[in-house]
Parts: sequence; C-alpha cells; structure tokens
Amino acid sequence: MEGFRNQTVRWAIGVIAALALPILNPNPYHLDVLTNALLYALLALGLNLIVGLAGLLHLGYAAFFAIGAYTYGLLNLHWHWPFWIGMIPAAIVAGLSGVCLGVPALRVRGDYLAIVTLGFGEIVRIAFTNLEQWTGGPNGLLGIAHPKIWIPGRGLIDFGVASMPYYYLVCITTAAVAVVCVRLSRSRIGRAWVAIREDELAASCMGVPVLQLKLLAQGCGGAIAGLAGAIFASKQGTVTPDSFDFILSVMVLAMVVLGGLGSIRGAILGALLLGSLPELLRWFEQYRMLLFGLTMIVMMRLRPQGLFGRSSQGLAPDRAHAGSA
Amino acid sequence: MTPLQLFCQQLANGLTLGAIYALIALGYTMIYGVIQLINFAHGELFMVGAYVALTLVLLSSAGPLPSGIPWWMTLLVCGLGSMAAAGMLGAAIERFAYRPIRHAPRLNALITAIGMSFFLQNALMLLYGATDRHFPNPIPLTRWEVGGVTVTLMQLVVWAASGLLMVGLQLLVMSTKLGMAMRATAQDLKACALLGIPVDRIIATTFVIGSAFAAMGGMLFGLHYGTINFHDGYLMGLKAFTAAVLGGIGNIPGAMVGGLVLGLLEGLGAGYLSSQWKNVFAFLILVVLLLFKPRGLLGERVADRA
Amino acid sequence: MPALLEVERLTRRFGGVVALDDVTLSVEQGETVGLIGPNGAGKTTLFNCVTGVLRPDDGEVRFGRGPMESLTGLAPHDIAQCGITRTFQNVRLFSGMSVLENVLVGTYIRTHAGLISSMLPSAEARREERWAQDRAMGLLELVGLAGRSHEMAGALPFGLQRRLEIARALSSDPALLLLDEPAAGLNAAEKQALLQLIEQLKGQGLTTFLIEHDMRVVMPISDRVVVLDYGKKIAEGPPKLVQENPRVIEAYLGTSTTVNREP
Repeated sequence: MEGFRNQTVRWAIGVIAALALPILNPNPYHLDVLTNALLYALLALGLNLIVGLAGLLHLGYAAFFAIGAYTYGLLNLHWHWPFWIGMIPAAIVAGLSGVCLGVPALRVRGDYLAIVTLGFGEIVRIAFTNLEQWTGGPNGLLGIAHPKIWIPGRGLIDFGVASMPYYYLVCITTAAVAVVCVRLSRSRIGRAWVAIREDELAASCMGVPVLQLKLLAQGCGGAIAGLAGAIFASKQGTVTPDSFDFILSVMVLAMVVLGGLGSIRGAILGALLLGSLPELLRWFEQYRMLLFGLTMIVMMRLRPQGLFGRSSQGLAPDRAHAGSA
Repeated sequence: MTPLQLFCQQLANGLTLGAIYALIALGYTMIYGVIQLINFAHGELFMVGAYVALTLVLLSSAGPLPSGIPWWMTLLVCGLGSMAAAGMLGAAIERFAYRPIRHAPRLNALITAIGMSFFLQNALMLLYGATDRHFPNPIPLTRWEVGGVTVTLMQLVVWAASGLLMVGLQLLVMSTKLGMAMRATAQDLKACALLGIPVDRIIATTFVIGSAFAAMGGMLFGLHYGTINFHDGYLMGLKAFTAAVLGGIGNIPGAMVGGLVLGLLEGLGAGYLSSQWKNVFAFLILVVLLLFKPRGLLGERVADRA
Repeated sequence: MPALLEVERLTRRFGGVVALDDVTLSVEQGETVGLIGPNGAGKTTLFNCVTGVLRPDDGEVRFGRGPMESLTGLAPHDIAQCGITRTFQNVRLFSGMSVLENVLVGTYIRTHAGLISSMLPSAEARREERWAQDRAMGLLELVGLAGRSHEMAGALPFGLQRRLEIARALSSDPALLLLDEPAAGLNAAEKQALLQLIEQLKGQGLTTFLIEHDMRVVMPISDRVVVLDYGKKIAEGPPKLVQENPRVIEAYLGTSTTVNREP
C-alpha cells in the first residue's frame, strides 16, 4: 500500500498547489488561461471514461458540453434557475442524451462508431444553430446569470466577470470529479469497462453485461460534459453554437490520448498541457492550429501510449480478430 | 417552370454535385479498403487540389503563355497539374505519417489522420488566406435548353471529367496487374506481403490515385462554385465519406453510386425542403445508414473490423 | 448423479456447412467430460452455443443445479450469471490489465456495488472489494500466479496465460467450467501441471467439460468422453471404450482427407 499512499500525497500536493496559486499569482489573464485549461481537464476526465476506459471512440463529445450549456442557459433565462441548481439538470440532461445516443449508436463499433458520434455532434450543433425560436440561432443565448455565492457578513456576491471565483469553482469541481473517476476506475464497474475495451467477447463470457456498461459509460461521460457546459455557460454569460464544433471534440480526444488512454492523471495533465498550449503559442497566433496538428502527428509517432498509458494496446487490438472460432 | 422541369433541373444540379462527391468518395473507399483507415486528411487533399488548380489557372491567364490556347487545354493542364501535386502529397503523407504507425492501434492512426487534417487545413489557410478566393472559370458560359431544363457546358465538363476518371479507375482495378494487386491487398494485407506483393508500393499507389481523384474533385468544385475557402474541405470530406459509406466502404463502384445518390438527395432536398438544414441531411443519412445498414447500399464487405 | 447441463438436438449451420448436427449430450454434476473429435468437428461451435456466443439454429441447451432452465436466447453474460464460464482456444485475456485485475473482472457477477457506491465511499462496497481481492488472490495461488499478480497479463509467457485464463473463469465460482483446448501450445511439463490442476478442481467438486486434442491429457482425467465428427455425435462413453470404438478410430485416422473444416 506504500505506492498508494505516495500517490495520495502527490494528489494532495497537486490540489494544494492549485488552490494556493491565485494567492501567489493573482494575474487575471493567467488565471483565465488556467481556468480554461481546467475546464478542458473536466471534459477530458469525462471523455476518458468513454474512450479511455470503455474503449468507445467518440468524436462528438462537444455535443454533450453544448447540451449542458444550453440546458443551464435556458433554465436560467426562462425560469431564473440559479447556477447551483441549474447545473444539476444540465448534467442529467447531457447524461441522458449520452445514454439515448448510445442505444442506437452502440450497434456499430470501432471507426463506424467514431463517425456516428461525429455525425451526432454535427447534428446537435447545426440544430442549435437552426432552432432560432428556442436557442437564439447563431447569436446564441445572451445574458445568462453568473453564479452567486452567499458569504457571511458580505451578503450575496455575484461572480461577475472576475477570474478568481471561476478558477476556484472549476478547480474544485475538477478535483472532485477526478476523485470520483479514480474511485470509479478502481471499482468493479471501472474494471468491467476496461475489460470491454480489451476484449468484448471475453468480457461478456465472464458475465459483464456489455451493452449496459457501455451505456453507463456514455451516460457518466455525458453528465460530466454537461456539468462542464453549465459552468462554461455561467462563466461566459453567453453560449453560441460555434463554441461546440468538431475541433473541440478532437482537442479533448487528443488530450485524453496524450495523457494515455484510461489514465486519470494523464487526462488532467494532457488537458493542462494542450489546453494551455494555444496560449503558450500565442506569439505564433496564426500557426497555432498548424502546430497543434503537427503535435498530434508527432505524439502518435513518438509516444503512442501517451504520457501515462500503461499498455500500448489501445483500442481494438489486431489480436481480437486474428484468431478463428 | 413546370414541376417536372423543376425536378429535372434539380436532378441535373444534384448529378453535378454527386459526381464531385463520387470523385472524393473513391479515395476514401480505396484507402479504407487497403489499410482500414478513415483518412480524415482526404478532405484537405481535395482542398489542396482546388488551390493548386486555382494557382495554375491564375498563372495561365497571367503568365507568359500565348493567349490563343483553347479553354479545354488550359483546364486539362491545370487538372493534371493539381492531380499530380495532390498525388505526390498523398504519397508523402502515407510515407511519413501513416506508414510508421501502420501496426499501431487503430485509434493512433485515426488521431494521426485528424492531426494531418488540421495541419493541412491550416497550412492552406496560411498560404492562401482565410477569406474566400475567387476561382476564375476559363470555361465559356455556353448553356443549352433541353425541354426547359438548363444544362451548362460547365456541368458537361464535370460529368465528362468524372466519368472518364471513374471508367479509367474501373479498368485499372479490374483488368491490370496493379489493380489485381490492389484488390488482393484489400482482401488480406498480410497474406499479400507473404506472397511477395510489394504491399508498401501498392498502398502508396492507392494514396496517389485517391488523392489525385480528390484533387480533380477539388478543381471541379472550384469551377462549379466560383469561390473556394480553406474550410470547405472539412464538410466536403465528411459528405464524401458519407457517400463512401452509402455505397459500402471499400467498394469502388459503391462509392461512385453513393456519391451520385448523395448529390441527388441533397439537390432534391435543398430544392424542395429547406436549404438551411441541407447539411443535416448528409449527417442524418450517414448516421441512419450506419445504424441500420452498416454495409452500405451495395456493400457486402463486413464493415466492422474492430 | 443428476444432470447439470443438457444439450438436446442442437443444430448450427454456417451457410451450407452444418457445424453441429442434431447433437444431444449431457454433463452430470461433479463429472469431468472430455469432448474430442478431428479438426472442424464442431467442438468449439458447441461451446459457443452453450455460452451464448452463437445462437443455435435448432435445439435447446438446459442447465441448472436442481430445476433445469433453458439457456436458449440468453446473452453470454446471463449465461455466466447462471454459472457457466469458459476459456478460449486462442487465449483471450485482457492483456492491458494486470494479472490480478483479470481475475477480478470475473467477480463482477458476484459483487453488486452500483454506480453511486462505486463513486463515493461506502463500507459495503469496500467489504465487497476486499472479498473480491481475497478470492482473486486465492485463485492466483491455486494456479501458481500469486507472485506475479501485478504483471501485465499480456506479458506473461503463454503457458501461464492459459492458467490465468482458468483462474479468471473460476473467479465467479461457476457450477460448470468449459475449457477449450487448455493444453494446446503447452510443453510436457506444463501439460502435467495442467492435469494436476484439473484433478485438483475435480477434487473440489467442480464439473468440467473440456475440449482437448491431446489424448494423453483427455483420457486420464475424463470420466466420460464424447466424440464429434462432422458435427455429429459418433460415440460416447468411458475413455477406454471410446478409444477402441472403430468409428472413432476411423474418424481420427480417417478415410476422409485432413482438410481443416473449422468454420
């Protein structure tokens, strides 16, 4: 159990450092960059459940993020739900849409699943753009309320456009979700997910209900993205459909793969690296997507298992269909 | 216009778009056939073709060439030039990005392909700018009225060029030694390697042909619409992929039929329903098809190899 | 002894090939039954039909301690839940997981922690997890892999992978264990160790149904042997008698060609 304790200590140091950072460096621009990177980390944690653990290649993850953002936005604009309550249905609706998408989509596998999910992502985005009477069309939803918090002696404080409160909000949420993910990945459910990723047929013969667990993975991953979406909407105050394009789905996927499929600290670190990379590459403004593409290619060539991947197996190993009946 | 004339007009428009889809879809299908990779960068090769053709058209109209050259000559040179450029680029991509990871897990190849797509897309943006570029059209604006339906010379050129290329490809694949090797590689890469078929060369050739076809699609696209943008490759690539799936991925005649069917559906859909939702049609068709008929309309190949 | 598994008039076709043709057999509680036959006789197809991997075209599979229940139409994971687990002809481990985790996957059906209790601290889930770990370590000890529990399953030598697969199949405490050619690819010493392991399991009262090519493995441990040829059952009985059965000898030494008929 020595290794376990070491890891706990390392996690604790990470969390304390993250919490102390705004006091050491209150530069709002830096905090904003970090907040965005941590929001990516939250998304990467969710996608890691789907792609990393359960092995379902998903290319439309941004759709769940969008569904969460719009759910909170609409609840807030029409019925004045505060953020703290609105984020719950945001997560639930996004999670349920993950399950609903899963029911038909899990009939196909591998590359085809990737394409179906990509199509789903595009359909959701185009639908949000075209359903103007509800979503405000390409202009999106405007005037979504920021979170408010009640502090004794100072009354109700609106987060407004300050950087620090959002930093803490995202930081704490991401840490909490990370803990949940770690626990989940070490549980019977997490093991069953990995078993499905490694060999679906063998898993089902060992008693793992494959379809049910795949749906569960989609649901959990979707819910985490929905939560991230609600935070995003409350922070921005607006949501527009073009924030949820294919590039976002790919960015998050690249973060998970960079970190190493199935590795939770990998997902977080991958997201922090890639999430702040475009900001670090700010001087190259025009070149940053070019460099991002190049990074993906080089990374796959040099370290295919990612930073913390423990197997080079990845998805759908050749072995799975090499044998005869 | 009578309803029948309107229908025929939409049909003609759809066939034009469909021919372009078919040209791009062929590359997807051939490449998937030999190495089971959805080449996400294929849409970008289409754009490379369009931009190279644009450059050549601009050069030929401003360059030192005598002005008496007939328009079809210009077009032929531009087409061949862009096909050659995209073909070489396709081969280079295969050699330096895909071949080193051919035996890595499938996800890695897919991510590499997506990275390549980002790279090329942004390279094009840096080279040619982010705004729409006008594509000068050397084809005369001749048009004919056939029973109330307008057919332009432009459309005839699209049909002729794509028809010739597809017939040529069919001949190549079905009746040459190279074509046989390509079909064999698509069946079983490992067995072919053991039998002494130069698998690497066959795969590279497949990339060259696929990319060249996409490039021709790119030029025709530019001529047809009059403007091109570095973004266009993404959507056209996805639609062409839809066409390839429609025909059963890995199936060459299927890709041709799939392209035409998708073009017709879109042409008719945009004509009769709302054009705002036009792009959703393609994705809906794709998703529904994959869910209920994953082997495509003509395909008999087992689609799921994962 | 009452029957544990009953296979009745099972038929399965692949296109024009009849892989299983009207096969009826049963396995009794506590018995070790060997299933033999030339390549392509339909042995693995029979296993696949019993474990729900394949749907039979006709016939029924029934199973149960006490009242028999039909397994026809059940999914593989339901059948595992009923108490039948298996190994595979070409070992199918979760190669990216550790040796211990492979065995733990098998305890999935014997544990019940849901999503919430897996995510949040729960005494019940912790107790269950400890039970599963103990059970898995016990089984690894049984197959001699306790010392390598944290290695990657895919990195084990082949002989040990076969043993790990058996431990994994045992972890859900099945009533019936199906072994698909457990000795294939093993050397003489490993085969001997495997025989001992199967003996030991038999001593614990486990019912085993095994496909095996190597007569030196299947004959000494089987109480009864069933012979398939071209999808049909051609003989059944104690090992000695079956070995002398002229139809069996003919099937093996064969008038037929030795074409691989495995589907």
